Amino acid sequence: MLRVEEVQSVEFSSALISKFDEIVSRYPEGRSKSALLPILHEVQAVYGWLSSAAMDKVAEYLNIQPIEVYEVATFYTMFFLKPQGKYVLEVCRTGPCCLVGAEKIMDYIGEKLGIKEGEVTADGLFSYRGVECLAACGYAPVLQIGPEYTFYENLTPESVDQLIEGLKNK
Amino acid sequence: MGRKLLLEHINVPGINTFQVYKEKGGYRAVEKALKTMSSDDVVEEVKKSGLRGRGGAGFPTGMKWSFLAKPEGVPRYLVCNADESEPGTFKDRYLMTHIPHALIEGMIIGSYALGANTSYIYVRGEMMPQIRILEKAIAEAKAAGYLGKNILGSGYDLEIYVQPGGGAYICGEETALLESLEGKRGNPRIKPPFPAIAGLYGCPTVVNNVESIAATVPIVNEGGEEYAKIGIGRSTGTKLISASGNINQPGVYEIELGLSVEDFIYSDEYCGGIANGKRLKAVVAGGSSVPILPANLILNLANGDKRLMSYESLSEGGFATGTMLGSGGFVVLDEDQCIVRNTWNFSRFYHHESCGQCSPCREGTGWMEKVLHRIEYGHGKMSDIDLLVDVSKKIEGNTICPLGDAAAWPVASAIRHFRDEFEWHVKEPKLALERNYGLAHYADPLKIAEEV
Ligand SMILES: Cc1cc2nc3c(=O)[nH]c(=O)nc-3n(C[C@H](O)[C@H](O)[C@H](O)COP(=O)(O)O)c2cc1C
Ligand code: SF4
Ligand code: FES
Repeated sequence: MLRVEEVQSVEFSSALISKFDEIVSRYPEGRSKSALLPILHEVQAVYGWLSSAAMDKVAEYLNIQPIEVYEVATFYTMFFLKPQGKYVLEVCRTGPCCLVGAEKIMDYIGEKLGIKEGEVTADGLFSYRGVECLAACGYAPVLQIGPEYTFYENLTPESVDQLIEGLKNK
Repeated sequence: MGRKLLLEHINVPGINTFQVYKEKGGYRAVEKALKTMSSDDVVEEVKKSGLRGRGGAGFPTGMKWSFLAKPEGVPRYLVCNADESEPGTFKDRYLMTHIPHALIEGMIIGSYALGANTSYIYVRGEMMPQIRILEKAIAEAKAAGYLGKNILGSGYDLEIYVQPGGGAYICGEETALLESLEGKRGNPRIKPPFPAIAGLYGCPTVVNNVESIAATVPIVNEGGEEYAKIGIGRSTGTKLISASGNINQPGVYEIELGLSVEDFIYSDEYCGGIANGKRLKAVVAGGSSVPILPANLILNLANGDKRLMSYESLSEGGFATGTMLGSGGFVVLDEDQCIVRNTWNFSRFYHHESCGQCSPCREGTGWMEKVLHRIEYGHGKMSDIDLLVDVSKKIEGNTICPLGDAAAWPVASAIRHFRDEFEWHVKEPKLALERNYGLAHYADPLKIAEEV
């Protein structure tokens, strides 16, 4: 079961803050809001998702209104607004991938993990969901796993088994 | 064998590193441009090359560059569009993964030509591995003196930064991309003003696709006129084609524009024919947004001549019998594929990706998805088919950005060319759940319009 929003407050590490500082330095004076997407990716890589406490902290750091962070975080599909499994298997479900069996692979992953799209396995390790074309249509079916977004291509039920076992034993 | 300008060294071990790229002739174009050419000279060469934007719209790159406003004391920007999210398209990812320095070298040339001192490469966020690759390539180029202050003693300064997106197809549209780069939601802007006048941070900006930018390297090296000799007519040079679907050899191919579609599909140098010994049913030739064509119309023009892989030949016949080169995402469907299901999938995609600003796009894509879903799942009515055509017409041309058109065209063209397959789904709902319509007459030789 997901527990919603237990995060009361968040403190970013000094290493994370210096990463933010480096990101902000890429833009002209007064344009630090441009750092918002890269910073949200950094935050999600550390915490696994974006709690409103974390987003408020980002707003504070960039000196913008919290709503400016929320409206961005809710627009882009890569940002998770609730906790996920440690590994989120994101399978491409768009046309070209479906021509060579993406839908079957997605069903297989659901059966194998015993969960529905968007749910988390009881051990907290896995979630999966369908995503749109990942610019890898020639290597279909494909899936990716954040936060490094490693690609797994030309998937078969056997390679999915291997992948999942490998992650369990990691 | 066609000439390779971008992928010539793709199989050289270590070509992703600065050192090997340089040994293979890399960064010669930067030396040439910065040491022997003015920025206007570079723009002139690109104009002469006839290079057309490789991101989808095919607008001449040199002309786009010459339109850039140059008010005194205002910075100008070159922004590379590496959002690559058009279904069927995966060439930019391929190029950035294997030859990242081709993009960096092109970025230096383009930035110099436009007088930009800070440039950004906006990469879709899912391409985190490619973002790391590009960051490494930038660091290498900088260490070697090709980026930073006073590059090669020319007095020209340039920094390039990589910006991740957040997962949104719409951010490939250039003004949505600029909004996103400013840290906002990816809502396309109303044009005018065009980015050439007011783009990033309100400053004059050029947005170009990865492949367009990389193509300026051979153009500077060999000269625009030499580049223009490759290809056919106004389709000059080489083009990266992403080939996917039911073919023997999916992948990215560099072709000389003007190759016949038939050779591209069936020759072993490219797609190697239809997989599993099946027959060709249909092709989406330029990414999901362009009209789908049945086998007979993609291989031949309405007059019976062979259709070629070029901007002009693919669009020959307009939307009645033609399509578009688009981004070069070449998706092949074999005889077992269901056109209704494929069209429904694409509609679902566009509905999901609509930014929601304009009601014809936001609502229309949702209706199309719903109606197609019910036809595919056996609950369709005959009138639904005309309803789809009607909705697609109401979206087309009535929206802020071209995503609306991109959503309408696949539906309209599928019904135009495969109407009997849609009707069969309505008439035989049970059968349609059990099996596919098959190849039907879609590969039959065209009746040349002599009786007309
Ligand atoms: C919905 C939509 C998505 C687009 N996606 C991309 C994309 O992923 N990559 C790209 O280069 N151009 C894309 N474009 C086209 C860009 O708006 C723009 O025309 C292009 O980047 C210009 O570069 P070029 O002239 O070098 O082709 C898209 C356009 C629309 C309307
Ligand atoms: S056409 Fe669609 S995607 Fe484009 S601005 Fe309008 S609602 Fe947004
Ligand atoms: S359709 Fe799946 S990667 Fe493009």
